[in-house]
Amino acid sequence: MSAATDAVTRPGPRVADAMLSFARRNTWTLALLGFLALLLVFTKLINPGYGIPGVQGLAISVLPLALAAVAQAIVVITGGIDLSIGSMMALTSVISASLMLGQSPEFAMFVVLGTLLLGIVLGTVNGTLVVVTRVPDIVVTLAMSFVWAGCALLVLRTPGGAAAPWLRELVLGSVLIPWIPKAAVVLLVVVAVIWIPLRRSRFGLSIYAVGSNRLAAFRSGVSVGRTKVLAYAVAGLFAALAGLSLTASTGIGTPVPGPYTLQSVAAVVLGGVSLAGGRGGVFGPLVAVVILQLIRTDMTFLNVNTNLATVAQGAILVGVVMAGSIIEMRRRRA
Amino acid sequence: MSAVEEVRPARNPWLTWVTWRRLFALVIASELARPGIVSLDWAGVIVRAAVPLAILAGCQTLTMLTGGIDLSVGAVASMSGFVLATLVSGPGVGAGIIIALIAAALAGLLSGIGVGVFRVHPLIMTLGMGLIVLGLANWWQLVMVQAGGGTPEVIRFIGSARFEGIIPVNLVVFIPLAVLILLGLRRTGYGRMLYAIGDNPVAARLAGARAWQVLIVLYVISAVLAAIAGFLISGLTNVASVSLADSYVLPSVAAAVIGGTSIFGGRGGFGGTIVGALILTVLATLLNSLGYPEAVRQVLFGAIIVVVAAAYTRVTAES
Repeated sequence: MSAATDAVTRPGPRVADAMLSFARRNTWTLALLGFLALLLVFTKLINPGYGIPGVQGLAISVLPLALAAVAQAIVVITGGIDLSIGSMMALTSVISASLMLGQSPEFAMFVVLGTLLLGIVLGTVNGTLVVVTRVPDIVVTLAMSFVWAGCALLVLRTPGGAAAPWLRELVLGSVLIPWIPKAAVVLLVVVAVIWIPLRRSRFGLSIYAVGSNRLAAFRSGVSVGRTKVLAYAVAGLFAALAGLSLTASTGIGTPVPGPYTLQSVAAVVLGGVSLAGGRGGVFGPLVAVVILQLIRTDMTFLNVNTNLATVAQGAILVGVVMAGSIIEMRRRRA
Repeated sequence: MSAVEEVRPARNPWLTWVTWRRLFALVIASELARPGIVSLDWAGVIVRAAVPLAILAGCQTLTMLTGGIDLSVGAVASMSGFVLATLVSGPGVGAGIIIALIAAALAGLLSGIGVGVFRVHPLIMTLGMGLIVLGLANWWQLVMVQAGGGTPEVIRFIGSARFEGIIPVNLVVFIPLAVLILLGLRRTGYGRMLYAIGDNPVAARLAGARAWQVLIVLYVISAVLAAIAGFLISGLTNVASVSLADSYVLPSVAAAVIGGTSIFGGRGGFGGTIVGALILTVLATLLNSLGYPEAVRQVLFGAIIVVVAAAYTRVTAES
């Protein structure tokens, strides 16, 4: 923040200053991007055949978790945690898939809008319960994960339904040149269109304020309760988007929640969002999701046992967070 | 010292009474919903099912007292039951139990070092450790694919048999453990240290508590408890698989919270947690016996946990 004001008052090359301050504020995300680039080079080295289909497959496979990670990031920045994201994804996915079965493309459009609205409602219910009952976020969302998963089972007992062809095509294939997968563009556009205006609004400032110091936020006139409910509602919207992306990429709805909830927590932490709240953004977690998936792919190329890949995922999670806290401790001592 | 004791709601007879009353209300509701269901046989089944959950909820209680949480209990419990089952035909039951306990303790040691020394958030540390343990257990499954084994007879007896057809045998394991935890929390310096660290970590450090040592020991204890629960679960279900106890993780957290342990640390106790585990088991059994489909049961289960936790928070806020 202070670097940004410096850039205004001090004479000199403002652009360079602005870039420097941008880099300073997003060190972690930039480092992750650098690591991702290295990882892509490494992937190409160990598997020279890795090309357009690989990149497109990667983009499609990360889409649901990436959107789930954005949802989780928003709640975690506010100082909460949402353990019902996986269940909300399952619920929105089965509802959209069962409603779209055998319907016209125009009707499917309404289904998509309705599903997004439903996501906002689910998130609002979560947030309202957290604020009204004053029960810790982790407990409320844990219990609500049972409720939403149960509702998903009520809608569809077994995997079924269908996705409208245009929805499927939205994530398949590429844009302009074959190297840019449509799924990645969709992801970036969706996140940018929803998150960036929110981040720059009063609400965006409020969620960081509430996350970093509740009491201070309250005393400076931020409505803590309303901010939390809104954050959960936006998370619900992103969970619904993640659910829709599941429907789009698999063509059906599955009522049993995938491993997305805990993986989203892991991605958020690797993406530089502090579990204590108030720090981080949504783009770091996005890059972290891609890195985690690419490591998985690389391990398949290297013929590593998939079970050891799970071990590696846990070890990376723990190792990165440990390294982060060691750096933090050193800095504090110095 | 006296200040530490004053902030324990578990010692507050009014709160413990509230939790007990909730259990009685549920039992009465069961009887009203299905007349004739409440019997000695029913009670035996409930207790037998509640014991493993209570042990796992004990892991959560202990870690939550310090402001932590242990999400690796599911993976550790499944792994121990599974490792034991694979070792039965080779080294035997005794050696199998010891090896499984050592493996669990190692996982707990690593979690404890991460949380205590490197100050990794317990949620993340135990989540990562859970992934590591699950992956290694899967790998072990591939290595040991030829050695079938299965849950040993002794474990099956302890986990599922009942004396006189009523009193579950797994109480033989549970009662000493419960007494140990209850006395450990109330009467030992180590127990007080757990409350102190959770209540005010800075004050605890200034008072000379070495938090990192306490935390390392804590997560080892938690993992060993989880392993014992894993044996009992595989004995109860006669299954040994690497994901056997996964479904217990979320209820174990819920049981501790319903039992009055604060997730922010410093408040609570194991007594309430045992009642919490009983409440959840009675609830699950009641929903089962009503013949609702799985979906409705899940919805009601989640909704009731929110309501009970909310009511509890209200009571603590008032007193």
